Amino acid sequence: METTAPIRITAKSSSTHWDLIQTILAQSGTDFRRCFHCQSCGGGCPVSHAMTYRPNGIIRLIQLGLVREALQSSDIWLCIGCNTCSMVCPQAIDIAALMDVMRHMAIEEGVTLAEPDILAFHKEVVNSIHKYGRTHKLEIMLRYKIRQLDMFSDFDVGLKMLAKRKLDLRPSKISDRKVMNRIFEACKVPPNGNGR
Amino acid sequence: MATAADEIELSYFPGCSLATSARENNRSLLKVCKKLGYRIVELEDWNCCGSSSTHSIQSDLAFHFACRNLSLAPAGRPLLVACPSCMLRLKQAQMHLKEDPQACEAYERMWGRPVDPDLDIMHFFELLDGAFRAADPERQTALKGLRFVPYYGCMLTRPPAMRHAKNYHGLMEKILSACGAQPLVWGHPSKCCGTFLSVAKPAVVTPMVNQIIQGAIDVKADCIVTACAMCYLNLEIRCSLKHQLPIFHFSELLSIALGMGIKKSWLTRHLVDPVPLLKAKGFM
Repeated sequence: METTAPIRITAKSSSTHWDLIQTILAQSGTDFRRCFHCQSCGGGCPVSHAMTYRPNGIIRLIQLGLVREALQSSDIWLCIGCNTCSMVCPQAIDIAALMDVMRHMAIEEGVTLAEPDILAFHKEVVNSIHKYGRTHKLEIMLRYKIRQLDMFSDFDVGLKMLAKRKLDLRPSKISDRKVMNRIFEACKVPPNGNGR
Repeated sequence: MATAADEIELSYFPGCSLATSARENNRSLLKVCKKLGYRIVELEDWNCCGSSSTHSIQSDLAFHFACRNLSLAPAGRPLLVACPSCMLRLKQAQMHLKEDPQACEAYERMWGRPVDPDLDIMHFFELLDGAFRAADPERQTALKGLRFVPYYGCMLTRPPAMRHAKNYHGLMEKILSACGAQPLVWGHPSKCCGTFLSVAKPAVVTPMVNQIIQGAIDVKADCIVTACAMCYLNLEIRCSLKHQLPIFHFSELLSIALGMGIKKSWLTRHLVDPVPLLKAKGFM
């Protein structure tokens, strides 16, 4: 049965493949064992051109007990969560939910991440929400670029957006600033994002 | 058209994009709502829905971000959402609250008030269905001759758990064609625009955006009409084709359709200049 429940990863870094597989099944609320590799997901996936395994390939790795290989792949981070795969799957596997679990597990298990940049971006977004209650696009982009030591790519896009007033210099903020601290404390997340 | 006396009140969640980078979307949308007889009350002190990033790395945070907004919504008044991504996040949180008593407890502890299971979270499109049915001769030609492709993006397609939720596909075609515009059949109405990868992996997103815009060019469209402010931005900033098409927010064209024209202050915020097209078609 599909679920919208928040995902809590309980596996430890010493977990065996078997433990990880049980966690994936429980936390995603979807049964990847139903996959017979028709590849409809990969066919519909808008980012499959940049992936190594494509969505069903990730499922195949898990089925074969190669969970750590899946956790170390770029694919789980390139997944945008557009839900196209989940909607086209003839076996009704919620692949997008599975990908969320894989990302959380990759952070939790401390594996070498194939796409640290993408995680860095997500953390900048979460930081911005912590700070202002809303996302401040200009600051997110600048902080991300500084973190990557890459100030020059996209310089032209940034300038164009500033010229068209698409990027506000000042953030849009909530007035009850304490409320974000409360949420982060309740979720036991340090303000600088999740994990590492 | 409704008069001031029978105005319907709606709470409104604009979301970060409409409040900042897509302000022209917000302004045109509010104008259209007012014209259709709705009184829009912005949700007091709303916060970010969590966007694609939060649920990617931390589910509890994503849940609480969405829930705080639900907790701010006054009872007995529908909550209007314009951004498909925010819509998905808020609806998903509400579904979770309805399914899981433990989630309800966590919500009530956190926000000190009971969950309102009847809160009607509605997408902007729901206001429109029906509003454009009446045959108004003036309206029938308001967008005459405009060849467009409707672009819904991926967020209005939902995870399987939400398959029973309302489906909005076809609405842009229905309404704009009632105003004289010509919808074209094409292959990418729900294709993902690349969302956040646009910042972290522009090289991955550019071919995706090019494919979408080339698809529109191939069917000889004059423009692309978007339902989503985030898609709008990616289509504008990540296209590397020589020939680029003007992109419109759906609400901007609705403003023309309702006889209110399109404001210069909205148009100057477009990266691909739509003015030559609008002038050629006689819309301004």
